[in-house]
Amino acid sequence: MARSPQTLFDKVWQRHVVSGETADTPALLYVDLHLVHEVTSPQAFALLRERGLRVRRPERTLATMDHSTPTLTSQVFGGLPIALEAARRQIEELEVNCAGFGIELLGLTHRQRGIVHIIGPELGLTQPGMTVVCGDSHTSTHGAFGALAFGIGTTEVGHVLATQCLLQRRPRTLAVNVTGAPRAGVTAKDLILAIIGRLGVGGGTGHVIEYRGDAIRALDMDERMTVCNMSIEAGARAGMVAPDETTFDYLAGRPRAPRGEARERALEEWRRLPTDAGARFDREIDIDAAGVEPMITYGTNPGMVIAIGEAIPERPGDAAFARALAYMGLAPGEPIRDRKVNVVFIGSCTNARLSDLRSAAGVLRGRRIAPGLRMLVVPGSQQVKRQAEAEGLDRVFLEAGAEWRESGCSMCLGMNGDVVGRGEYCVSTSNRNFEGRQGSGARTLLASPLTAAACAVRGRVTDPRELM
Amino acid sequence: MEPFTTLTSRTVVLPAANIDTDQIIPARFLTTTTRSGLGRHLFADWRYAPDGSRRTDFALNRPEAEGCRILVAGGNFGCGSSREHAAWALADSGLRAVISTEIADIFRSNALKNGLLPVTVDETVGGWLLAHPGAELTLDVAARTLALPGGRIVTFPLEAFARHCLLRGVDELAFLLERSEEIEAYERRA
Ligand code: SF4
Repeated sequence: MARSPQTLFDKVWQRHVVSGETADTPALLYVDLHLVHEVTSPQAFALLRERGLRVRRPERTLATMDHSTPTLTSQVFGGLPIALEAARRQIEELEVNCAGFGIELLGLTHRQRGIVHIIGPELGLTQPGMTVVCGDSHTSTHGAFGALAFGIGTTEVGHVLATQCLLQRRPRTLAVNVTGAPRAGVTAKDLILAIIGRLGVGGGTGHVIEYRGDAIRALDMDERMTVCNMSIEAGARAGMVAPDETTFDYLAGRPRAPRGEARERALEEWRRLPTDAGARFDREIDIDAAGVEPMITYGTNPGMVIAIGEAIPERPGDAAFARALAYMGLAPGEPIRDRKVNVVFIGSCTNARLSDLRSAAGVLRGRRIAPGLRMLVVPGSQQVKRQAEAEGLDRVFLEAGAEWRESGCSMCLGMNGDVVGRGEYCVSTSNRNFEGRQGSGARTLLASPLTAAACAVRGRVTDPRELM
Repeated sequence: MEPFTTLTSRTVVLPAANIDTDQIIPARFLTTTTRSGLGRHLFADWRYAPDGSRRTDFALNRPEAEGCRILVAGGNFGCGSSREHAAWALADSGLRAVISTEIADIFRSNALKNGLLPVTVDETVGGWLLAHPGAELTLDVAARTLALPGGRIVTFPLEAFARHCLLRGVDELAFLLERSEEIEAYERRA
């Protein structure tokens, strides 16, 4: 009898069910790869100690530090003390925990350190068909490889450390079909911002998204990661893209990806993962990529987003909307273009891979950033940093007047010393424009690296196509 | 964890929709390595002015918020980051339940693990609750009901396992540890 057609999600889920869900209990789901960082793990290790437990599968666990780490070379390598005392303690605690529990740690000065969602793929650890979790909501990034990857809370970090399993109810599935060729100047970041604009910030709650269609197939792995990264901004637990030749080529030769015969066997498995013809999703939406413009946010959640040439919407009578605009210092009906910008941040797990830096450098080459503007370029990992330097991108940024830092989360969440000042406008390639996300009173405008670089040159909100 | 059976309390109301975890507890307070004491940073940027003084117009700072155990908020509460610090900060402030028309997935899961009951209601009930701060409500975990003033009772969704854990004060880790044979069997198969 023919098996009924399954989605990519169905297949990955089914392969990891240790015991199925019943009316009374959720499913027990096995975790292939557990990534750990310094901010959401200390209380989980404390839980293990309290109960006298060990880490069940240390070899399936990898730790790094990225959130509270400084990005100044003098503090990372130069022997200067880490300015933030509490961050220093958190970093030391992770070192002690990893040593004590036998977990591999890519520590502060390690060559392979970086933002947790950048190094997993970069090392070839993230592979199709896996379950990947981390105490961080942007774990959804790894779904670009056809993995089921999602963020968990600290108590669950403890569960996975102790048992390699999680209790989970099966989520619903949502297909986002993206078709057509995007126009010049329109990037993966613009596509996902447009998708979030359509779905709304709660539109994906309870769902795992599969991004499908020829516009997704045409994206390279860096771009697919940008798209999957922001699934959580639509409320979805995870985002996935079916693995294909693009995925397999990316993984070839990566230090921790399978090689030789193991790769052949893995490929056979991986090729069976894509959604079967005729498989059903709980919901579907269609997006025309050709109609997407360079996008920018104007409010305090990522769903408050418009094409860069559009005016800020008017919503009379909507108090929350009015409040968000008041925080942003913007008025309904006014254009966002030409608004003054104080800070530009190129970084984060959304857009700090090599291709993002190339794209920003392409705009900045031979140009200077606007007088008085501060621009921070923070590579997503030390490897990205080295590659960028080998290509001379660091020179482009420095000559343009930007700062070039060591890798880390930096200004994406402002808990490491890199912050945007009160009332300042920051065009940022990160993923969240929440009030105070980049610093108390900071005003964030989310955009692509292309747009961010164009804004840096002009010192004003600028359509990148004007500088291309 | 303390068993959670019923709770009767007045509400404190934050009408904004999409209250994200960066509002509940800003990232600069995440450098802690313990789970206690986070209540003082709850909604820090809304509760305190830049000079550190308390904003008297913020709902949680008003005298009538004293002793309230139930927070009513606009839709899509708890969206954003996975930081369990958000649930810890709410619980540390004495809150035991959050009511909204929609509650973000990871926050919901984190709340349940900390004895903080996530309650979703429909637009009508949600709208009424937002318009009536200080209303006295009774939540019943076993019956999955919310009793409004005047005797109206509505039910809310609560997964059987979560309900069981709340009622008994059981934590999930103990349950998971009991399943080690199944986990071993899976590891042999895989
Ligand atoms: S870069 Fe930003 S979103 Fe990504 S993991 Fe770091 S803090 Fe989270």
